[in-house]
Amino acid sequence: MDAIGVLMLCPMNNYLEQELDKRFNLFRYWTQPNQTEFLAQHADSIRAVVGNSTAGASADLIDALPKLEIVSNFSVGLDKIDLTRCKEKGVRVTNTPDVLTDDVADLAIGLMLAVLRRICQCDKYVRSGAWKLGDFRLTTKFSGKRVGIIGLGRIGLAVAERAEAFDCPVSYYSRSKKADTNYTYYGSVAELASNSDVLVVACALTPETTHVVNREVLDALGPKGVLINIGRGPHVDEAELVSALVEGRLGGAGLDVFEKEPQVPEELFGLENVVLLPHVASGTEETRIAMADLVLGNLEAHFSSKALLTPVV
Amino acid sequence: MAGDEETPPALILHHLPNFKLSIFALLRSKYTVLDPLDDPPHPSFPELSNAARLMLCAGPTPVTAAVLDRYPALECVVGSSAGINHFDVAACRSRRIRITCAGDSFSDDVADYAVGLAIDVLRRVSAADRFVRAGSWPVRREYGLGSKVSGKRVGIVGLGSIGSRIAKRFESFGCSIAYTSTKKKPNIPYTFHANAARLASNTDILIVCCALTDETRHLINTEVMATLGNSGIIVNVGRGALVDEKALVEMLVSGEIGGAGLDVFEHEPRVPRELFALDNVVLSPHHAVLTPDSLGAIEDLLLANIEAFFSNQPLKAEVQLEFAS
Repeated sequence: MDAIGVLMLCPMNNYLEQELDKRFNLFRYWTQPNQTEFLAQHADSIRAVVGNSTAGASADLIDALPKLEIVSNFSVGLDKIDLTRCKEKGVRVTNTPDVLTDDVADLAIGLMLAVLRRICQCDKYVRSGAWKLGDFRLTTKFSGKRVGIIGLGRIGLAVAERAEAFDCPVSYYSRSKKADTNYTYYGSVAELASNSDVLVVACALTPETTHVVNREVLDALGPKGVLINIGRGPHVDEAELVSALVEGRLGGAGLDVFEKEPQVPEELFGLENVVLLPHVASGTEETRIAMADLVLGNLEAHFSSKALLTPVV
Repeated sequence: MAGDEETPPALILHHLPNFKLSIFALLRSKYTVLDPLDDPPHPSFPELSNAARLMLCAGPTPVTAAVLDRYPALECVVGSSAGINHFDVAACRSRRIRITCAGDSFSDDVADYAVGLAIDVLRRVSAADRFVRAGSWPVRREYGLGSKVSGKRVGIVGLGSIGSRIAKRFESFGCSIAYTSTKKKPNIPYTFHANAARLASNTDILIVCCALTDETRHLINTEVMATLGNSGIIVNVGRGALVDEKALVEMLVSGEIGGAGLDVFEHEPRVPRELFALDNVVLSPHHAVLTPDSLGAIEDLLLANIEAFFSNQPLKAEVQLEFAS
C-alpha cells in the first residue's frame, strides 16, 4: 500500500506518524509552506485523510481532493469533519470510539475529586513551603453527591458506573429517556442541573448541543454546584461560565476543554475552585496507541476492500 | 445516673494548644470539663482529675504513659483519630484503659482522596493545571501524555474500613484488586499477598492505608519500592512513617518509581524539598479527612461515646486491646 497517498493534517501522535510513513505514502500537511499549491500538486494521489479533534476534513479540503476515499479520524468527535459533504461525495469516515471511553470517564471523576477536595490547591500550598500544622481548610465531600450527566452515551455511562461506586445517585439528560437504565431522567438540562451537585457534559457536539450549558443551567446548578466539561468547549457558554465563577454564582468547575483552545480565559487563572486542563481527557500512552491502531486498521481495511472497523459514514 | 447527680461527671480534655474541636463548648455545658491547658485552671482540678474516669483525646495528641499516670482513675480514652499510633497502647493495656477511635467516620473521605490522588498522579492533573495557569498551553501546544487509570492493578496495604472502600471504588474503573494485611480475610474476592514486597511486584498503584504500629513502621521500604518499579506509583493516605521517606524521595528523584501521591509525611509539616520540583508527585497537607461531613460524623461519634460511657452503654469504634485476664 505504499503507493497510496495519505494526508495527515497535523502532528498528533509519533507512533501513528511512523506507522503511516511505513505503510503508505505519507504527506504531512502542516509542513507544507504553501498548502493550496501542495493540494493542487498532489490532488491525484491523495486517497485518504487523517485528522483529529482540532483539524478535520472541511468541505474545501474534500473538494480539493477528487480522489479522496476515506477520512480516518484520530478522535471520537467528528465536529471538524463536514459529514454532509463526505456523504455527497461518497467519502467514508471512521473515528476511534470506545478506546478512549475509559480515559475520559476516569478524568471526569478525577476532575470531580480535584475540584471538590481542592487537590491541586493543596499541592500548590505544600509546594509553596507554607504548610503549618493546624492550618487547614475544609473541603467538600465527594461520596454521595448527586451526579447529573448530559448525554448518556458510552462516556456518560462509564462516568455513571464510576460515580455509583462512590455512592453517588446518578441522573441524566438526553434527547429521549433510555429504556435500559434505572438512572433518573430529566427532560431538560436546567431541570437536571437543579437536581445535581455535579453536572458533567458528556454529549457529542452538534448545533443543538452548542451552548447547552448556558446561564439558565449554570444558575440552576448554583453556588454549591460544580460543572465538569470533558466534552467540547462550545458545549458551554464560556463567557457566562466565567462570570458565574467570578461572581460566585457557581461553586466550581473542572474544565478539560475550552471554546477557543488553546486560549483559556485568564480570569480563571486566579480562582481556587477551578481545575484547568489542556484537553487531555484521552491523553494516555495506552489509549493513543489503541487509537492509532484503529486509524491504521480502518485505512488498511478500506484499501484491501474489507469491512471498516469503526465506520461513521 | 448522670442526671441524678448535682455535679456533672468529670471529663478530661487532652489536646494540643492549637487543636480544638467545635464540640468543646457543648461539652463544657454538659460535663465538668477539666482542661490542663485552661488558664486559670479549674479550681478543683487536682481532686477532680484524680477521680476522673474519662478522657477525650483530640486529634493526634500523644497519650503517653506519663500522661496516663496523671489520671489514676482513668478507665477510658475517647479518641477522634482514625489511627491509634499516638497512644502508648501497652500502657493502656496494662491499666486496662479502653480506647475508642474514629471508626469509619472518615473512611469515605479518605477513600475518595486516595482515588483522587491516584488519578491526579497518573493523569498529571495538578501538573497540567499548573501548565495551563502558567500560560504555557498556547506556547508549547502539546502537553505530555499521562498513564491510563482504568484496568491498572491496584494493591492495597491494609484492607480495613478505608482499604475496602478504596477497593470498591477502583473496581468500578475495571481495576484488579489485591491486598496485604496481617492475615488473609475470609470471604473477600481480592487476591491476598503475604507481604508488601510480593504485593508491590503485582501492582501498578500501591495504596498505603494501614494503621501505624511498631510492625508497620517503614513497611514500605527500599525493597518494596524497587519491586514496584518505575511504572508503579505509591499513594499514601495512612501515616507518613509507614513509608521510608528518605528512600522514597531518592527513588522518586532517580526515577526508580513512577510517581507518588502523598497526603502524609514522616515529619509533618516538613515535606522534603526535593519533591517540590517533581511533576510526577502530588503533595497534600494531611487533608484527606477534612470535610465538614467527616468532622460532623466524628463529633457525633465522640458525643455518643461520652454519653454511652457515663451511662454504662456499649462504646462504638472501640479498639480491641485484648486485655490479659
